[in-house]
Amino acid sequence: MDTPQLSSLYQQLILEHYRNPRNKAELKEKTVEIHMANPVCGDEIRLQLRIEGDHIAEAKFVGQGCSISQAAISMMTTLLQGRKLDEADALAKRFTEMMHGDEDASKDKALGDLRALKGVSKFPVRIKCALLGFDALQEALKKDGAGETH
Amino acid sequence: MPRTDFDPIAIRKEFPALDQTVNGKPLIYLDSAATSQKPRAVLDALDAYYERDNANVHRGIHELSRRATIAYEDARGRVGSWINAVEPSEIIWTRGTTEAINLVAMAWGLDNVGKGDEILLSVLEHHSNIIPWQLLAKRTGAKLRYIELDEQGRLILDDLDSLLSRRTKIVAISHVSNALGTINPVKRITEAAHAVGAIVVVDGAQGAVHTKVDVQDLGVDFYAFSGHKMCGPTGIGVLWGRRALLDAMSPYQGGGEMIHFVGREESTWASVPHKFEAGTPNIAGAIGMGAAVDFLSEIGMDAIAVHERDLMAYAIEKVGAIPGLTIYGPTSLDERSAVLSFSLGDAHPHDISTILDSDGIAVRAGHHCAQLVMKHFGVAATARASFYLYNTKDDVDRLVDGLEQVRTIFA
Repeated sequence: MDTPQLSSLYQQLILEHYRNPRNKAELKEKTVEIHMANPVCGDEIRLQLRIEGDHIAEAKFVGQGCSISQAAISMMTTLLQGRKLDEADALAKRFTEMMHGDEDASKDKALGDLRALKGVSKFPVRIKCALLGFDALQEALKKDGAGETH
Repeated sequence: MPRTDFDPIAIRKEFPALDQTVNGKPLIYLDSAATSQKPRAVLDALDAYYERDNANVHRGIHELSRRATIAYEDARGRVGSWINAVEPSEIIWTRGTTEAINLVAMAWGLDNVGKGDEILLSVLEHHSNIIPWQLLAKRTGAKLRYIELDEQGRLILDDLDSLLSRRTKIVAISHVSNALGTINPVKRITEAAHAVGAIVVVDGAQGAVHTKVDVQDLGVDFYAFSGHKMCGPTGIGVLWGRRALLDAMSPYQGGGEMIHFVGREESTWASVPHKFEAGTPNIAGAIGMGAAVDFLSEIGMDAIAVHERDLMAYAIEKVGAIPGLTIYGPTSLDERSAVLSFSLGDAHPHDISTILDSDGIAVRAGHHCAQLVMKHFGVAATARASFYLYNTKDDVDRLVDGLEQVRTIFA
């Protein structure tokens, strides 16, 4: 009964991140925090970043939700540690491209573990789950950038 | 006249949308608590209206307007008889349950509720039976109080008398919970509410769907329900209210149809029910809801209730036997309707729903617009399978197979 699409959606790496999320803790020295929720389904996260000058010194999150949203944000925060702000923004754009079915994006090594989420693009109603963390990231970058020119 | 035998497989054939495959599998529709599918009889009634009788109601002298008006008012009468209203004018057409509750909150509430008054709700309510009262409370300075839930999601009524007082103006309660299927003792609550002079407003969105509703027997003051959950179209619903209350109420919205004489500064209102039906109504929707009532009456609400009870007994036994699966809500079949809310291990309800969908099985995942209920059970969401007259034990078996696949993936 298991379809190929379903197996590509629920890869072991995704379930592993879901059950053992990285960077899931309150960040005491945060400089920006974004609360992002999907009111339709009840998924919600708070993304917390410590931004120092032009880079993200530390990224953590708290929250709860489905395997896709939680795995995506676990993978995302892993990639964000020490990342320059424009790199983080580029990562968000690249991931969004992959969610919209871009084959090149899905092979881009820059996306790290996030490439395991490629299969989500075949499940249109779940794409917003995968994007929850990156939506929060983009809000955070906007908020940090407000009043400054990068 | 009710049909002589109840045959869910024959009934299913009357619902065109149920005859399709989803992701390569025959559709198993277990989301009727969100919205039911529509039988051919209802679809035909909508077509017949638009193809032959389409005209505005209560406005024209011409033949089509006459026909449309008769069909529209006739539907009102049939819906009224179906819930044992005293007269058709007690039936007010609304967009649905939500608008019906908002109508009471604004048209009755603003004139009758003041600072220091209380509105009694329950933690079990759908957001549509919470938010209108929060809005009313904000505008009037009234206070909201809540009936709490026990560990099975039933209302705790031991201290009902202490929750009610002369300050209580409104008790707003659901007939049946959409999130858990709990059937509430509306009669008992109504007696206690009336004893302190409060009015009782019932959210019947999940009530009228599954059981014979008799508003006289229930003794309530307002009963709200939706067409789309009981085989009718979307965008149409009913507020039933006692005539004396409706007569005394201010209008809800202003516009055409609801007036008597219009002056520059002051106008007078049409009589009930038209006073509450400003603008061109959902004529086709009302006619479709009338057809849905005919359809359900022909099958028989008692037969539907018996069928659903059998199905629930089977579902609770089979689904409940799956290791790691938790069912929420009352354990007794006497206290629950055709809703099965559950969680399965650490699989999130979204993931459960996606995996079931790949098997052609439609269930709801989420908070079911009942975040207070979810909080009560300490969960963010549940998966919910809801059953109706066209579901069978085979559907339950397919659900069980699908849930086994969830267990395999989340092993």
